[in-house]
Amino acid sequence: MLEVRLYLLQRLTAAIMAPMVIIHLATILYATRTELTAASILARVQSSPWLVVFYTAFVVMVAIHAPLGLRKILIEWGRLRMSAANMISLVLFVVFLGMGLRGVWALTGGAG
Amino acid sequence: METLTIKIWRGADTGSFQTFSVPKRENQTILDVVTEIQQRQDQSISYRFACRVGVCGSCAMTVNGKPRWTCRTHIGALKSSVITIEPLKNMPRIKDLVADMSRFFDKWGQAGNDFSSDKTRHDAPAQIDPESKQRKAANAAIECINCGVCYAACDVVRWNDDYLGPAALNRAWSLVNDARHNRKQDTIAAAMGAGGCGNCHSQGNCMTACPIGLSPTRSIAGLKQMSLMSLMGKRDA
Repeated sequence: MLEVRLYLLQRLTAAIMAPMVIIHLATILYATRTELTAASILARVQSSPWLVVFYTAFVVMVAIHAPLGLRKILIEWGRLRMSAANMISLVLFVVFLGMGLRGVWALTGGAG
Repeated sequence: METLTIKIWRGADTGSFQTFSVPKRENQTILDVVTEIQQRQDQSISYRFACRVGVCGSCAMTVNGKPRWTCRTHIGALKSSVITIEPLKNMPRIKDLVADMSRFFDKWGQAGNDFSSDKTRHDAPAQIDPESKQRKAANAAIECINCGVCYAACDVVRWNDDYLGPAALNRAWSLVNDARHNRKQDTIAAAMGAGGCGNCHSQGNCMTACPIGLSPTRSIAGLKQMSLMSLMGKRDA
């Protein structure tokens, strides 16, 4: 049952991230054609609370999705036992989530 | 007379290729070549076959890197006069061209593949509409004869020792679509377990390699869908 739940979770996060990646990439394309400075990036992100919500959700999705994919790669290509792969991906989940949320927090001007 | 250069695996997991020379004939399969070598050149070569005509599936071997039924592989189709013949991949090698298929058959059982019914001989035969969606799905998968070619062709089997493999999951798919099978949920549960359908990358090697053109990839996709429905509480998915 765990395997199917993780399978579903990874597909679900992928489906949610697909439009998010497009929005993210479109924003990058837009940004590189305008003024590309730290100040302008901060101003844009802080212009709407929705962007903070957007990137928080994005970070959570990535933190779930990426370790699940890496878990399979560790088992199939790395020949790791499932318990070891589970542990590593759990650590990666915490690291990705921590780093991502800290990044979003910094964009909102929250971190010194 | 034109000759073929045949390299045959000798030994078990450790071993080497032995090269033989066989006259090229008008009409000749890989199995004919192996038989000719075994009967006329080296009687110590071990290999498996039974029917010789593509019914039993026991003569499957790796020919020029690909898993094939040797009885149904004509020399001409290979377009090469140098031919390497090895046992099926993803299985331990016993001797020469004979692979140990026991784990392949064990996994067949682990995928929840025992048919179960609470009916007796006194009950009327089940009425099954051959045109129903369910029966058509079962029919598409049911001709598998367990030769192991798809299992040998599958990258995920090679990578993940626990993966049940295309043949076992294909069988599970035909079983969950059999209206007479009364332990459908058990079969789904087994097929969606740790080594189950979720491991499939849908690369389709099994489908490409299957000598009778079945698509275990399609069957596994069906199981994935069914396992998700089952997870979300739709028991008759």
